[in-house]
Amino acid sequence: MSQYLVLIYDDEAAWSAADESVTGQIHSGHTVFAEKNGAALAGGNALQPTTTATSVRPDGDGGFQITDGPFVETKEALGGYYLIEAADLDEAIDIAKQIPVVAGGLEVRPILTFE
Amino acid sequence: MSISAAVAAAVADAHRREWGFVLAATVRFTRDIDLAEECVQDAYARALVAWADGGVPAKPGAWLTTTARRRALDVMRRDELFRRAMPELVMDDVVIDSDEPDEIADDRLRLIFTCCHPALGMEAQIALTLRLLCGLSTAEVARAFLVSEATMAARITRAKKKIAAARIPYRVPALAELPVRTGAVLEVIHLLFTTGHTAPVGADLVRADLVERALQLARMLRGLLPESSDVAGLLALLLLTDARRETRVSPDGALTLLADQDRSRWDRARIGEGAALVREALRLRPPSRYALQGAIAAVHAEAPTWGDTDWSEIVALYGVLITVWPSPVVALNRAVAVGFADGPGAGLAALDALSAEPQLAGYGYLPAARADFLHRLGRDDEARLAYEEALHLTDNEVERAFLAARLAALGT
Repeated sequence: MSQYLVLIYDDEAAWSAADESVTGQIHSGHTVFAEKNGAALAGGNALQPTTTATSVRPDGDGGFQITDGPFVETKEALGGYYLIEAADLDEAIDIAKQIPVVAGGLEVRPILTFE
Repeated sequence: MSISAAVAAAVADAHRREWGFVLAATVRFTRDIDLAEECVQDAYARALVAWADGGVPAKPGAWLTTTARRRALDVMRRDELFRRAMPELVMDDVVIDSDEPDEIADDRLRLIFTCCHPALGMEAQIALTLRLLCGLSTAEVARAFLVSEATMAARITRAKKKIAAARIPYRVPALAELPVRTGAVLEVIHLLFTTGHTAPVGADLVRADLVERALQLARMLRGLLPESSDVAGLLALLLLTDARRETRVSPDGALTLLADQDRSRWDRARIGEGAALVREALRLRPPSRYALQGAIAAVHAEAPTWGDTDWSEIVALYGVLITVWPSPVVALNRAVAVGFADGPGAGLAALDALSAEPQLAGYGYLPAARADFLHRLGRDDEARLAYEEALHLTDNEVERAFLAARLAALGT
């Protein structure tokens, strides 16, 4: 088995504009997803929106530059993740397809293991 | 022919016919694509000597597979320190007898589904397929796509690394996934064919090497998936389209339109085989995209003369095609067929309905088709502008020469 990080990218504007019936559906979608794939789930979290993000970048001079906002500005921002276990990429994609999204998509990244 | 020349020819023939079979069977054994490639290369080199001494074996593919697998076993055993550069390929556990490659479970299907996995970029899928299934060298693949060998080597290495690191499995997809995944394989073969059929850039209209490789792959897939009507449809389309290859360019290198081609020189064997496959592929409902495209090609191929073309049948087939495969290019082809079925005025109206289609904005065939209908309606000033627009949009020299000649024929 291998581990994959499934990154959930969604449109924050669409998410904040969505009414309760939509957000409720997404929340219950995650509950259903977690129940169905419990055996494969090694972790996961939802993140606060990018307006709460702080970027920390070494300035090359021993100090740090601290700035407001996410490291990379994108229309669809990282909003949460699951850490899953799967036999291969096909299985990982099958699991990822079940994660609910509003107006974005998912990125499946294999975890690098050091021997 | 001397013995050594006969043996060299037999090895070259086995390289063309059996490379994919031998490599696929060896990959299943090594679980490492790079090691398998090295060992298969080595087996072909050994064949030159061994076949000169002992004669060409009855089953060259089996001989080469056994030799490559033994070599792999040697490498893995002798070199205790043998360390894979990449993780082992993921595959279902199958018992492997290293001496007797089993001929029933054909590994080429596993290999092609791995090469054409949707998690790989389309260019990488094509490059891997040519390299691993057809046995082209990196330099040959690079030449086929007009990029430097270093660029192609990097592209292939990156794709192999992704297969290993992301664990793209070496496996035939489950039945539920099979139609979609087969579609991805067919797309690769079709793109390879169209790239060869009308080279996007360069001095030659047809790149015969790419066309032949696409046909070879389609035939291979047809043998491996005989129940798939999509596969039958694609092979039919390629055969029927390629049957006209010799007549698409005149002896002096000029583009010859379907209307002006010498039909007596069309390849009747390919047309017969393609038409039979179309009938088989159309039996399944709803008919696949390729089966319908093949059916359209068959209507053209079976018309004795341009004047005998059954245009209303072609318009009807395009009408069905656009429902199973909605695409602006299909709409454009349908509009052109309308022009032949119902006259240039109707054709022009159908074309102009597509003028706002963003996907056709840079597509040279739209103004070229408009120019032809405008000319036939006697509106030569507008036709001239349309030909000039089409000329701006193509980089194939044979197509450019054709359009320039049409433009010149309008006079000033």
